[in-house]
Amino acid sequence: MRKGLFIGLAALAATACVPAAGPAAAAEEGVELPQLEWSFDGPFGTFDRHAMQRGLQVYREVCSTCHGLKYVAFRNLADLGYDEEEVKAIAAEYTITDGPNDEGEMFERPGRPSDYFPEPFPNERAAAAANGGAVPPDLSLMAKARADGPNYVHALLTGYEEPPAGFELAEGTNYNAYFPGHQIAMPQPLYEDGVAYADGTPATIDQMAADVSHFLMWAAEPKLEARKHTGIKVLIFLVVFTGVLYAAKRKVWKDVH
Amino acid sequence: MADTATPAQVGSGETRRDFLYLAAAGMGAIGTACVAWPLIDSMNPSAEVLALASTEVDLGPIAEGQRVTVTWRGNPVFIDHRTQAQIQQAEAVDVADLPDPQPDSARVEKPEWLIVIGVCTHLGCVPLGQKTGQSRGEFGGWFCPCHGSHYDTSGRIRKGPAPLNLPVPPYSFTTDTQIIIGETEAEA
Amino acid sequence: MSGFQTNSRVIKWIEHRMPVFSFLDHAVGSGYPAPKNLSYMWNFGSLAGMALVIMIVTGILLAMQYTAHVDYAFDSVERIMRDVNFGWLLRYIHMNGASFFFIVVYIHIFRGLYYGSYKAPRELLWMLGVVILLLMMMTAFMGYVLPWGQMSFWGAKVITNLFSAVPVFGESIVTWLWGGFTVDNPTLNRFYALHYLMPFIIVAVVVLHIWALHQFGSNNPLGIDLKGPQDKIPFHPYYTAKDAFGLGVFLILFAAVVFYAPNYMGHPDNYIPADPLATPAHIVPEWYFLPFYAILRSIPDKLIGVIAMFGSIAVLFVLPWLDSSPVKSGRFRPIFRIFFVLLAIDVVVLGFVGANPPEGTWLITGQIATFWYFLHFLVILPLLGVFERPRPLPTSISEPVLKGGGSMAGATAKPMEKA
Repeated sequence: MRKGLFIGLAALAATACVPAAGPAAAAEEGVELPQLEWSFDGPFGTFDRHAMQRGLQVYREVCSTCHGLKYVAFRNLADLGYDEEEVKAIAAEYTITDGPNDEGEMFERPGRPSDYFPEPFPNERAAAAANGGAVPPDLSLMAKARADGPNYVHALLTGYEEPPAGFELAEGTNYNAYFPGHQIAMPQPLYEDGVAYADGTPATIDQMAADVSHFLMWAAEPKLEARKHTGIKVLIFLVVFTGVLYAAKRKVWKDVH
Repeated sequence: MADTATPAQVGSGETRRDFLYLAAAGMGAIGTACVAWPLIDSMNPSAEVLALASTEVDLGPIAEGQRVTVTWRGNPVFIDHRTQAQIQQAEAVDVADLPDPQPDSARVEKPEWLIVIGVCTHLGCVPLGQKTGQSRGEFGGWFCPCHGSHYDTSGRIRKGPAPLNLPVPPYSFTTDTQIIIGETEAEA
Repeated sequence: MSGFQTNSRVIKWIEHRMPVFSFLDHAVGSGYPAPKNLSYMWNFGSLAGMALVIMIVTGILLAMQYTAHVDYAFDSVERIMRDVNFGWLLRYIHMNGASFFFIVVYIHIFRGLYYGSYKAPRELLWMLGVVILLLMMMTAFMGYVLPWGQMSFWGAKVITNLFSAVPVFGESIVTWLWGGFTVDNPTLNRFYALHYLMPFIIVAVVVLHIWALHQFGSNNPLGIDLKGPQDKIPFHPYYTAKDAFGLGVFLILFAAVVFYAPNYMGHPDNYIPADPLATPAHIVPEWYFLPFYAILRSIPDKLIGVIAMFGSIAVLFVLPWLDSSPVKSGRFRPIFRIFFVLLAIDVVVLGFVGANPPEGTWLITGQIATFWYFLHFLVILPLLGVFERPRPLPTSISEPVLKGGGSMAGATAKPMEKA
């Protein structure tokens, strides 16, 4: 009877946990996001370095015109499998404003690994002015700033289509199946073969969207692999340790039971 | 019934340490240590601090007789492209006379390039002598105005309260005209 | 008299000058008698204490890396996540530790509600507990503002704005809280100062809470007083061992969340830097505030809504005097048990309501659930005390054992002599 009460309440608590906590996986109108299989999913998930390198290429060639990546430093790109020389080379392709020098003036110099990806616009107003009033958000955390982030980014990038009959599209917006409200200021960014992948992978829209989503998941959470890897070790230790503690408890309590 | 028993006598009345309790305590200790390490390590320099732990300097534009100041790990570093006169002056000094004996050869990789950390070893002021017009003290090197320490053309303390020579940071020549001060990025 | 004994000269030297060892022995050691029938529902107090320690340790280490300024706060948290050694671990432990702290404390509270642990002579113990809950809520609220994400900012704005409902002084109070004309840098800075301070106030109240507890010792699942040494066992090693095991289970669940679902209980909007000009579509507090948020929004009048929200906790304060039944444990109160389950369901329903916009079915559900919550405490419990016929209570804790099989008596654990 007592056990039943306890189990019943535990079940109640479990029910409460499931949807109440999270703000729901799907987009608000109940649009289901296509669920991809990501290599970083699951307790043993890891990043796919090749996908991330392709994703970086998509970001650099397409997205970086308007979207910043301010929390990622060039030195972080070592996570993608680049060695020190390659990282330096990528950094050096960028021009960074530094200073003031001894004359009190700002000057430009090639990027170094310790530098961060530069902002595409000098300030937010300039960003809005160049984009019809909407500020293109920084992408460093996009994969965590949306529910079911990687799937959302992929869906959004592949979700440009003709508006359904009777849908009134506001001036300066584009119809997207997955954007909340369906009217997004960003025009379709990805087109077939828009990027020439260095590894020869066919650059379909779906491929580029998946690759850049993969890259952005890393950008949002570079420590994901370390986290999951440490988690396995911690949980195994804790399970064994708790087992030992349980045995000790039973032994201590033997005479009382 | 109720014998006066010490609290240690539990279970079947054994007083010796049981392997199980030892295992539990031991795992607890290991677990605590494993938890403590990340907490302590979080206070160590973070990745972006380590990224700035080394500075590369191009020596090409520095003319003979010219002095340049760069920053390394938050401190000024004096780079002196020494003239022959200055090199001879530094080498001619009798090491035994020095408060902090050190031959000039031990302080340079190439004699025409003197690279020292520009922080007075007395109490931490930045000595004068880098800019034209500034006093270089009585020994042609640097002069610290805070308490009157004089450094020579090898950056060694000659007169005044400073106990040690200006420290030489770890550096190496990557090319004839390029140095990297501090660890290389691969080591960081 | 079972006193503290040692052969160590060092310990004896210290003990003679400052009797800390015998103090600890009497507080949590083999010199502290506890009922022998405590169930696992009694583990949650020590778990709460552990959660507090975890929050303070990770909090102090995070405080070394965090910058409390509107222009740097969000960036400093990202720096912690990316560049500080194990910073991601500190942040995720701290963030999820808050949730687990509330989970453990809510279970602890419901244990108290079910077994009547708030009844005489433990009324003050209970009220100190409610104070701890209030301090926890304040600390958590201010802590959530610190990362300066969208939810941080807008949650702060909504909740501080509530105080404008106070008649006459409302606006001045809000301006005073903000240190300005809106939630801005002065607000963030003072929330940081107070967020750092309050956990130590919680520690002090926890000390009082335990002091009050030790006056009469723990309640037990039967809710009846201990009749003699045969009902007691020393806290150490019985409950130290049991608490250690409980801690292990807790840590497994905690680690599973920290390492594999660290953002599940959070809100994605808080990974967007605060924008005072863009209100998020749905402003939602963290899950542990949802029932209170539901109560607040169920009442159309702002002031009464605020009063109801605080009232839902105030009602807990006076609970010992609302529940007039002399029987403590719900085990012997068949009607009370039903209402207890209904209350638990009601609180979960309120949580769901709080997560949704106050419209349509949600609003009505919230209003009914709010009404039921107050009905439970203010009407049902007092009435139950008068009209309920409880089941017959056992004579003592040891009785079921002694009555059952004769071989049991005498082979039980070494009984505690009256300490």
